[in-house]
Amino acid sequence: MKISATRADKLATVVFQFSAWLSVVVLAGIFTLLLYNGFKAFDRIRPQEFFLGYTWNPSGYSAPHYGVLSLLGSTLLVTCGAMVIAIPLGIGTAAYLSESAPPRVYQILKPVIELFAGIPSVALGFIGITILSPVLAHVFGLSNGLIALNGAILLALMALPTIITVSEDAIRAVPKTFREASFAVGATRETTLWRVTLPAAMSGIITAVMLGFGRALGETMTVLMATGNALAFPGGFFEPVRTMTAAIAIELGETAQHTTHYYALFAVGALLFAISLLVNILSETIARRFRYSQS
Amino acid sequence: MILSLLISNKIEIQHLDLFYGAKQALKSVSLSIPEKSVVALIGPSGCGKSTLLRSINRMHDLDPKVRLDGEILLDGHNILHGNTNLNKLRRRVGMVFQKPNPFPKSIYDNVAYGLEVNGIHDKTRIRAAVEESIRESYLWDEVKNDLDKPALDLSGGQQQRLCIARAIAVEPEVILMDEPCSALDPISTAKIEALILRLKERFTIVIVTHNMQQAQRVADFTAFMYLGELIEFGRTSAIFEQPNQELTRNYVSGHFG
Ligand SMILES: Nc1ncnc2c1ncn2[C@@H]1O[C@H](COP(=O)(O)OP(=O)(O)OP(=O)(O)O)[C@@H](O)[C@H]1O
Ligand SMILES: [Mg+2]
Repeated sequence: MKISATRADKLATVVFQFSAWLSVVVLAGIFTLLLYNGFKAFDRIRPQEFFLGYTWNPSGYSAPHYGVLSLLGSTLLVTCGAMVIAIPLGIGTAAYLSESAPPRVYQILKPVIELFAGIPSVALGFIGITILSPVLAHVFGLSNGLIALNGAILLALMALPTIITVSEDAIRAVPKTFREASFAVGATRETTLWRVTLPAAMSGIITAVMLGFGRALGETMTVLMATGNALAFPGGFFEPVRTMTAAIAIELGETAQHTTHYYALFAVGALLFAISLLVNILSETIARRFRYSQS
Repeated sequence: MILSLLISNKIEIQHLDLFYGAKQALKSVSLSIPEKSVVALIGPSGCGKSTLLRSINRMHDLDPKVRLDGEILLDGHNILHGNTNLNKLRRRVGMVFQKPNPFPKSIYDNVAYGLEVNGIHDKTRIRAAVEESIRESYLWDEVKNDLDKPALDLSGGQQQRLCIARAIAVEPEVILMDEPCSALDPISTAKIEALILRLKERFTIVIVTHNMQQAQRVADFTAFMYLGELIEFGRTSAIFEQPNQELTRNYVSGHFG
């Protein structure tokens, strides 16, 4: 028997509704798990020590310390550093690709960039250790190149394909008539890009940056390999650091279950989750404010 | 032509050929546009009206597959010459598009934009020019308290008048209009037509239209095009009442197109 079109439609609706809700449930489940276990940490650690403490040293001989600030600082340093590099580079590349790249150049660059998104993070970490860190050490006269800057550059490389691809789509979606109207009053290509095209694409560009930021924030393997894993509050881009993700990845496997350390790592995970949720909500709000004008 | 002896021509198009890749869209079009007049371009869909119009401010330069041959003289200088400054040209030859296309900016910024990108930064001067252009476009009373509101919140007719204000703010000499009323209701259309009749005191206007009544109401001269060729050009009354060509007669009497 043939399934009628409306039947098939209804079935598809149900399936997609189900998967949409499933993702919500899974997300909520993860957050609950993190929060539930994370809260248990505060049975044994005072919240002010966790949130305001600079020292993360769970295996200290005299007394263990669970101050998250050094991990948080490292994460923010490396991620924001990556964004400082990736945002201008990514938007610039997207603008070049969509506005002025000759077709032949485009046909080469586009697949290369897409391929770039597929590089496993462990491979990037490898490049960070063997190539980038010696270069950095040489250029800046350091004894060791496994520093925050190393991680920031690698994370920028990881975030770039996302930022470029999504921004390019946003820029291409700007109606041609806006550009033509700008040229028709005598504006140059550059002025048109800066004052008409990019502002009109802004909500999509913000989404692109947010996705890139999320990618960099949650990245573990690269920073774990490339940033030296020092347990201290970061002194700057030229110091080794240990990010929140690296701490969880390194320490959770070696920690006995149901110990203070174990729960503290869950608390770190919950905090990380909360941060990316916050970034999401924030950029969604900003993007929506830019979107008002598009019709 | 006798006309060109009596009236100075703002624009002279001579033997203009235009190709989209291999497809020829304009075939040796020659046309003289007198200063401070309204010229209507009419003809069936696809005959090359927009293509011809967009040649006059070199909008085709955005499209790498377009090739142009021939001459377009603006005040005697060939604008198709390779070293023409496109930004200066487009400041002199403004354009209003078929679908109203204000920028996603405020009403004020839409009009100020053209002044700013042409190097005018004196705020009082910009403010004065914005107000004057919006007044000239018969829009001032409707928007004077809402200059900071998004232009896209305006009605279609208001948006199109704003686009005209944007075009005249940079004080062009010629305004090109591509079916400026085709997306508008009759009342908005009447407003724009009244506006065109007043603007021709200061500007030379070339307007593409599918509306025969509109051509007769606003245009001093009318050019009839067919399949990329200019079939006939003359005073609007002559084109509509005693055309020389059979094709023109058929078209203006509504037998095809
Ligand atoms: N960008 C383009 N690429 C290729 N061909 C084009 C392009 N624009 C227009 N053409 C072709 O050139 C011819 C003239 O098109 P044009 O848009 O100038 O016609 P028109 O007279 O303005 O028609 P309409 O009244 O429908 O607006 C048509 O055959 C059209 O298909
Ligand atoms: Mg057209």
